[in-house]
Amino acid sequence: MKIIPGDMSTQEITKVQELIYTTRVESVMAPNVIAIDPSSSMGQVKDLMRDKHISGAPVVKGKQVIGIVTIRDVIRSMEEGKLDFLVTDLMTTDVRTVSKDSMVTDVVKNLGQQGFSRLPVVDQNGDLVGIVTAGTLIRSLLKQMDKSFQRNEAEKLYTYRASHIFQDISSDDTSLLLRFFVNERDFDNAGKASSLIKRSLQRLMLRPQIVRRVGVAVYEAEMNLVIHTDIGGEITVEVRKDRVNISTVDHGPGIGDLKQVLQPGFSTAPEWIRDMGFGAGMGLANIRRVSDVMKLTSAPGEGTRLEIVFNFQNESLDNM
Amino acid sequence: MNIREMVEVLNGKILVQNHNPDEELPRGGAADLMSDVLAFGSEGMVLLTGLTNPQVVRTAEMAGVNVIVFVRDKTPPPETLELARDSCISLVRTSYTMYEACGRLYQAGLPGRGPVKIENNSW
Repeated sequence: MKIIPGDMSTQEITKVQELIYTTRVESVMAPNVIAIDPSSSMGQVKDLMRDKHISGAPVVKGKQVIGIVTIRDVIRSMEEGKLDFLVTDLMTTDVRTVSKDSMVTDVVKNLGQQGFSRLPVVDQNGDLVGIVTAGTLIRSLLKQMDKSFQRNEAEKLYTYRASHIFQDISSDDTSLLLRFFVNERDFDNAGKASSLIKRSLQRLMLRPQIVRRVGVAVYEAEMNLVIHTDIGGEITVEVRKDRVNISTVDHGPGIGDLKQVLQPGFSTAPEWIRDMGFGAGMGLANIRRVSDVMKLTSAPGEGTRLEIVFNFQNESLDNM
Repeated sequence: MNIREMVEVLNGKILVQNHNPDEELPRGGAADLMSDVLAFGSEGMVLLTGLTNPQVVRTAEMAGVNVIVFVRDKTPPPETLELARDSCISLVRTSYTMYEACGRLYQAGLPGRGPVKIENNSW
């Protein structure tokens, strides 16, 4: 891909490559195409190119592209005294078009390697909807790079302070403790604690996969407190350099048969809870699946304690 | 497929818009069980569901789902709309049934997740 000037850093080139592979042609094309009617003469084409400051245009019948005419064809018609010839006699009929839904890689391939300088853009019916040239391409890619650069900087600023807690506060073993109180049967606020936990971990710049796994586990655990306890409970999240420990504690009715509740599909939830989409008996199974360690302790009348651990393996917070 | 095309395919109506309509949707999924969403949901997925309570929005947020489609022309209660606005989730309504809404999107090229093994621990 040779559209990048030589002195850009590797990171910027990667960003451009990413954009080329993920951006659709529709968002880099010029949508207002100056199209030429097949009944035009070369003289009319010459005047149009002069007035509109363009160096080429598609020739369109109905909405279908039947050819392309460039300033080179105009010069040739002037040299050969063919200005009164129809554009259809002198245009190039071998037109390469590109679909509006394809990726920008297709454009780069055709513009760079095949020597085309403009590509008409068509929709699924083959109707002309725009045109893309090296100019429109570079302009829109630069605009998008600027946008994503600004977004990244804003995100960095936002997460900077929170993630530095482990560098700025020194002790032999620093950790951050978040505590949430969850009320039984409070469906209006159910999930609020999990949502706050997820956002806090994002601010601490944990890897998105870890944040997702913690989010799923803590949400299932929070719903268990809402659904199954009669006096609510407490969620504690301890963020350490190398792992997140979560514990949920309640002084509710407790669980008689621990083996049974760990069976996927086993549920004691009443019908109205199921109508809300919960109580399918998959909560603990989901928690176990996403976590590295899960420990459930309970006895009838003595409440329940659930401990969940997520390890970051080799990725501690300070090298993020 | 982007959000705009998805809404067109479903003759849908955007109820809460928190995303650029040009944003690409990597895949789709459908469930009325929130634990299923947490189990198979993936980042950026569009979720089709028949449930309209606020917990659907919470679940979506946890599973990394950005766009929720309510099938059978169900209108969610104001609490759901409000929570979606706060949580940066977009909501869409369609009059198609779950079956037909899924079928239309799949036919139009929006892929699913492929076979899912529940015991599979790879995330």
